[in-house]
Amino acid sequence: MVTLTIDGRKVTVRKLSTVLDAARKLDIPIPTLCHHPKLSPSGACRLCIVEITNIARPVTACTILVSEGMKVKTTSPYLERLRKTTLELLLSDHPNDCMICERAGDCTLQELAYFYGIRENRFEGERRLYTKRDENPFIKREPEKCILCGRCVKICNEVQGVSAIDFGYRGFNTKICTPFEKDLDCEFCGQCVAVCPTGALTGTMWVQKGRQQDVRDVDTLCPYCGCGCSLTLHVRRNEVIRVSSSEDTINEGWLCAKGRFGYGFINSPDRLTKPLIRTAPKTSSLIAHYSSLFREASWDEALDYVVRRLKSIKDSYGPDSIAGLSSARCTNEENYLFQKFIRAVIGTHNVDHCARY
Amino acid sequence: MERFRANLLMCAGTSCVSCGTMNIRDALKEEIKNRGLEKEIKIVLTGCNGYCAQGPVMVVQPEGIFYQSLTVEEIPKLVEEHFLKGRPYQKLMFKEPEKKIAIPTMNEIPFFKHQVLRVLRNRGLIDPEALEEYIARDGYQAAAKALSQMTSGEIVKVVKDSGLRGRGGAGFPTGLKWELALRTKSDMRYVVCNGDEGDPGAFMDRSVMEADPHSVIEGMIICAKAIESRKGYIYVRSEYPLAVKRLQIAIDHCYEAGLLGKNILGTGVNFDLKIYQGAGAFVCGEETALMRSIEGKRGIPRARPPFPVHQGLWDQPTVLNNVETFANIPPIILNGADWFSSLGTDMSKGTKVFALTGRVKNTGLIEVPLGISLKKIIYDIGGGIESGRSFKAVQTGGPSGGCIPEKFLDLEVDYESLAQVGSIMGSGGMVVLDETDCMVNTAKFFLEFTQAESCGKCIPCRIGTKRLLEILNRVTSGNGKEGDVELLEELGQDIKATSLCGLGLTAPNPVLSTIRYFRNEYEAHIKDKKCPAAVCKELLIYSVLEEFCNGCGACKRACPADAITGKRKKIHKIDSELCVKCGTCFDVCKFNAIKKQ
Ligand SMILES: Cc1cc2nc3c(=O)[nH]c(=O)nc-3n(C[C@H](O)[C@H](O)[C@H](O)COP(=O)(O)O)c2cc1C
Ligand code: SF4
Ligand code: SF4
Ligand code: SF4
Repeated sequence: MVTLTIDGRKVTVRKLSTVLDAARKLDIPIPTLCHHPKLSPSGACRLCIVEITNIARPVTACTILVSEGMKVKTTSPYLERLRKTTLELLLSDHPNDCMICERAGDCTLQELAYFYGIRENRFEGERRLYTKRDENPFIKREPEKCILCGRCVKICNEVQGVSAIDFGYRGFNTKICTPFEKDLDCEFCGQCVAVCPTGALTGTMWVQKGRQQDVRDVDTLCPYCGCGCSLTLHVRRNEVIRVSSSEDTINEGWLCAKGRFGYGFINSPDRLTKPLIRTAPKTSSLIAHYSSLFREASWDEALDYVVRRLKSIKDSYGPDSIAGLSSARCTNEENYLFQKFIRAVIGTHNVDHCARY
Repeated sequence: MERFRANLLMCAGTSCVSCGTMNIRDALKEEIKNRGLEKEIKIVLTGCNGYCAQGPVMVVQPEGIFYQSLTVEEIPKLVEEHFLKGRPYQKLMFKEPEKKIAIPTMNEIPFFKHQVLRVLRNRGLIDPEALEEYIARDGYQAAAKALSQMTSGEIVKVVKDSGLRGRGGAGFPTGLKWELALRTKSDMRYVVCNGDEGDPGAFMDRSVMEADPHSVIEGMIICAKAIESRKGYIYVRSEYPLAVKRLQIAIDHCYEAGLLGKNILGTGVNFDLKIYQGAGAFVCGEETALMRSIEGKRGIPRARPPFPVHQGLWDQPTVLNNVETFANIPPIILNGADWFSSLGTDMSKGTKVFALTGRVKNTGLIEVPLGISLKKIIYDIGGGIESGRSFKAVQTGGPSGGCIPEKFLDLEVDYESLAQVGSIMGSGGMVVLDETDCMVNTAKFFLEFTQAESCGKCIPCRIGTKRLLEILNRVTSGNGKEGDVELLEELGQDIKATSLCGLGLTAPNPVLSTIRYFRNEYEAHIKDKKCPAAVCKELLIYSVLEEFCNGCGACKRACPADAITGKRKKIHKIDSELCVKCGTCFDVCKFNAIKKQ
């Protein structure tokens, strides 16, 4: 353990902690943009600079490790001036889009601009402009809003192991690129979207569905697989408009493409809400709307029907003429019951599962 | 070994080669053959000789006669005079500009006279592609001594005692760096040579690698023993193909001779050395970016600590030194720490190689003892300012350096003194500026480079340098506003305070130092909309000097904007509204009747 002093307060933290960790332990606010607690530090945004006794220049709290007896100052007129200059520079190359930006109200950059009261900018100048690209239905990129914090690059590389994106070019022209600047063609897990502190990365499906007002957050579990990731559904007027997951969950806030973007079925008009019983025989080529092939039924009727048919098939052809296939979307318990049912009730080992391999 | 009456040491450095060395070599060969002198005269291609301004150059040994500005046409005459008749050919010798007397030998030419060659000890003397020639000049004696007679600790101590400081820019004590790496526990340590040399106008490292590649390799072998390393890399930009080629030849020769690889010289020391070619990004000269680049990643700097000596290449302890630093090592081991520290100032020992360019008469590569005055470099070695104009400033340290005005000409050059006046030693660039140089424009020139070469990682450098440049552009185009100088100063200071790596930390130097010493020039641009040195195009006003104009009409015919009117034999006039400031009239007027201000 190491004891240091931050803004006159003593704190003891584990060896190899950063000064930022230690300050957060004391709940001392230090502004950050590129830092993410689950990703490697990069010291790129330069907002977390602090003054440390015996070090001449300000240093970034996210990269400097604590040492015994260290004395840290997290704020001073000088530090605040430097932070303000950095923010002003950042905003001098940022579209004034908050009015219509998806992230308004949930954007770290906007929040910092607000706290530092940046209205005028001493550094107005050229801005980056890019042509729109990406045909994919999941991720919307607006590189003009990108502050090059690198969080998307790091999550894609360090957590996802995909490395679909990286920095390209130099100087003012630096941007986040796919290889050869092709359209984004990756896993579409959207992890990058989740860590982006600005509106540079958003979900295509989220556009104009609602931001903060009238939006309710509902915590639930992802129904897609047995992993059981925690989800937060963002609901407006009884419609799920976004899905996210918070960092303190079993899945640490990480999600896959299905969990994050596969919520369209919830309000889909095609969604089945009642059991169906087939009325027309299964003909090979005919593709028709299900209503011409099935009729709606009550659960009692449907279950009675299934029981009757299973019994008669078993009686006429034996239990091995029946097989059961269950789903990865079921819980472990449901899958256990299902195989028990097939084995004990039907009497066959013909049971399988879509995610068995 | 064959013996020759004369050896013609032709400079085959990049500069001379681009001036036509190879054609001249062929012509010489032909001529020597025609005269039947093949058995008596040998042509040797050497590395850069330093006097690039006068290239192609050649030294005839053993007399040491120096020939410059060689042309194919002069070769027959030269061979006839010098090698048949025994009369050194005056026409191609160096002449003192005022006296017009030819100075035959190299050691008497002022450009060479004041230099002390330690790093460049073999320049122009040996064939860089021949290991034996390096060995003949005491090559690999130091390595043999270090490997067979000294312990790691002893080597570190000698280097520490010598006071050698890194020549890559920051001047970190080399011995201390080695000691820190040696003390870091690990079973793998790396030695890396930084030959990236990205500063525009700098070519000292290229010269060393081209002229004397073995001196670098020997320094690295000694370092390998000192820090117990088994593997090293030389990082060279791929824009230096000749350096890469010669280093590779040298490495191959060393493997053949048992100077690299397993059990070097039978001492049990193993050391493998490889060249890694960089893709030519200035920022890849920064040590942490360089190591990432060797690891195959995008070259971007990271925060230090951890320092490379603790966690460097592939997270192992690494000593990363500049080319010139390594080239300094062998003579230190051979001659001792005291010998090395006999030259220099209190804090900065030894010599330093500078690339002297700009408005001096003699441009080229020079090696001088640290502590030498700027005046001596510029006037004695550089021969003073071209065509009698007056000195204005000297820019040291490459694009990240600062401009030093006349009042500091007596400054004794070392790391500390340069920093004190707002500049840096950097890698050793030295650009001399005179009254015809605009300081705002000069600052803009350097900033354009650093701005484009910023890696883009951190905000102050990526956007800040861009904004600095935009403000400078505003000032030089006549759109400067009240308060712009203060804004430049504030922003420059803030960029320096907050940038992650040395690039951003030093990028504002040219701006800040020119404001510090030449604020009036900035103000003239902003308040009077005038460029005092008449450089910034948009601020120039062209007019006709009535007393000189004889109405020839040349300017009128040449002006692309039809801005000049006047009858034949009558005084002409320029309409400043129409003038596009192209300067054509100024160039065509034979009577100096066009004034630009
Ligand atoms: C932007 C930047 C560019 C640099 N370029 C070079 C270079 O081209 N060559 C070099 O030797 N050092 C360069 N350096 C300095 C290196 O980071 C490092 O300090 C040096 O190579 C260490 O070697 P030394 O101790 O022998 O000087 C550069 C530094 C920065 C910040
Ligand atoms: S969606 Fe996932 S895989 Fe694709 S770029 Fe983002 S993090 Fe990488
Ligand atoms: S897209 Fe978002 S996460 Fe990625 S670098 Fe830009 S601002 Fe950061
Ligand atoms: S200071 Fe410039 S070059 Fe250095 S890390 Fe920051 S952006 Fe990159």
